Amino acid sequence: MMVRFLGIVLLGLLPAFGQNWTAPRTSDGHPSFEGIWTNKTITPMERPKDLGDKAFFTPEEAKAYTQAARERNNKDQRGGGVRDVLYAYNDFWWDSGTKLLSNMRTSIIVDPPDGRIPPLTAHRLAQLQEQAEAIKIRCKQPGCAIANSGQLSPSDKPEELDLMTRCISFGTVVPMMPSAYNNDYQIVQGPGMVAIDTEMVHDVRRIPTDGSPHLPPSVREWIGDPRGHWEGETLVVDSTNFKGETRVRGGDENLHLIERFTRTGPDTLLYQFTVDDPTAFTKPWSGEIPMTKTEGPVYEYACHEGNIGMKDIIAAAKADEKKAAEQAAGKK
Amino acid sequence: MTKHVFEAALLGLSCAMFAAGQVPTSKISRTPGGTPDLSGIWQALNTANWDLQAHGAEPGPDSHVGAIGAVAPGPGVVEGGEIPYLPAAAAQRKQNHKDRWSADPEIKCYMPGVPRATYMPYPFQIVQGLETIMISYEFADAVRLVPMKNPGPAPADSWMGWSIGHWDGDTLVIDVTSQNDQTWFDRAGDFHSDALHVVERYTPVDANILMYEATIEDSKVFSRPWKISMPLYRHIEKNAQLMEFKCIPFSEDVLYGNAGQREGSK
Repeated sequence: MMVRFLGIVLLGLLPAFGQNWTAPRTSDGHPSFEGIWTNKTITPMERPKDLGDKAFFTPEEAKAYTQAARERNNKDQRGGGVRDVLYAYNDFWWDSGTKLLSNMRTSIIVDPPDGRIPPLTAHRLAQLQEQAEAIKIRCKQPGCAIANSGQLSPSDKPEELDLMTRCISFGTVVPMMPSAYNNDYQIVQGPGMVAIDTEMVHDVRRIPTDGSPHLPPSVREWIGDPRGHWEGETLVVDSTNFKGETRVRGGDENLHLIERFTRTGPDTLLYQFTVDDPTAFTKPWSGEIPMTKTEGPVYEYACHEGNIGMKDIIAAAKADEKKAAEQAAGKK
Repeated sequence: MTKHVFEAALLGLSCAMFAAGQVPTSKISRTPGGTPDLSGIWQALNTANWDLQAHGAEPGPDSHVGAIGAVAPGPGVVEGGEIPYLPAAAAQRKQNHKDRWSADPEIKCYMPGVPRATYMPYPFQIVQGLETIMISYEFADAVRLVPMKNPGPAPADSWMGWSIGHWDGDTLVIDVTSQNDQTWFDRAGDFHSDALHVVERYTPVDANILMYEATIEDSKVFSRPWKISMPLYRHIEKNAQLMEFKCIPFSEDVLYGNAGQREGSK
């Protein structure tokens, strides 16, 4: 009887210990997120369709999925041809993670409940189709190439290429999503300020928590204008003022990104986000990633400074155009 | 000027300000641990980015934009006036100066290196954490992570170098090594090699002014170490913030050979 009673007491206490863990504090008394965090994972952004409404893996399913993903992602498989060119780097050069997120979810997206990004609005879809059609027509002429985005793009002018090819910003900042490498983020906090250095092309997010308002709507920024405030243990960040080119999963400049950062343990920073872009998506969508503490240093990724690819893409497009012009002249 | 003479001069200056009763020296802010808290948005107010040494006004690279394009004059920020180039390096500096309107890495929106990032005509932000100080620069989104504990040697050379910080009294001292040889010190062609070693000192003299010194050592380029110094001023505007200044789009036409073809450019 006594033993059983003690057992119940202990069981009752266990979760309480977990909840009693409190984050270390910054000098101004807020939870400290300082350190280097990584979001690298094999958990997919969207739930694979064959998993239907299954939101969590069982341990067996997790094992099978992990093994399959590791095999699928291994860049040491050299099949020759296009695959070899596109995967010119072998597995040593990639760092896209080998594990599922600790929450055992089947997708990063948690809402809508099907774990998939909701459809675009008819208006946005028409806009994107129109743009794609214009590119298709334009690219019947020489001077186009497959850009880093994987899309055929006019490539005789730098400003017509995507942000990644131009080293301006990768899709790893707003929201903070894992990619094939450089999935590290270093957070430093000062009074009224949380700063995040994204290892991927050193995009720095400076998040004021001093109650200051957003920039005027006439000012647009690629990674938006973030403003933060504390809700207990959670930092809530509200970003607006985006440029249309940021194009989060087909989104537009009306993107309103809401993010929540909560330190849930010594080595875990829970990152939650909601993409609210009513002109682009039929409903808001949300995701979460328990980021894990990792060792540094965060490297300097001088992407633009070494952007030989841009030079070659543009030179090739111009050479194509010149050749076509000469051929046309020769026919006359 | 030796350090002591310099500090005496600084003390004299603040005493003079007190005596005149104009600007009461406001208290520097401190962390609970007692070190100065340098957090905030700072900017140099000089023309060192045009030329570290004393220079008069002169025409800039583009006469089409009239007075906007002129080189702004300045009395210089080099202690002793001259940068002590070795003979071969002096010739290289002369060549750089000749090529400056095309060869300056600032034109290409490359990360500016240290100390140039400090005195470019853009603000930078110090975020002082418990173990790491982040210095985020508006220009080119350049950033430095300054650990206050020595993490060991740099894994590789880089544009912004490898910074290690410590406190010397109220002065933040940052030792910077492992910078590559691709950056310049100014638009005039002053340069360095990959042997560059910079020791920066940031000393708060009141709530809104930091005295900045950088000692520059590079045995491949200079005959002795030399020093620059200048005040850095806090942005006290209510709406002060670093804006997004990703300058890549403004460099692309020059870099990729489309100069003048972009909408809005001449």
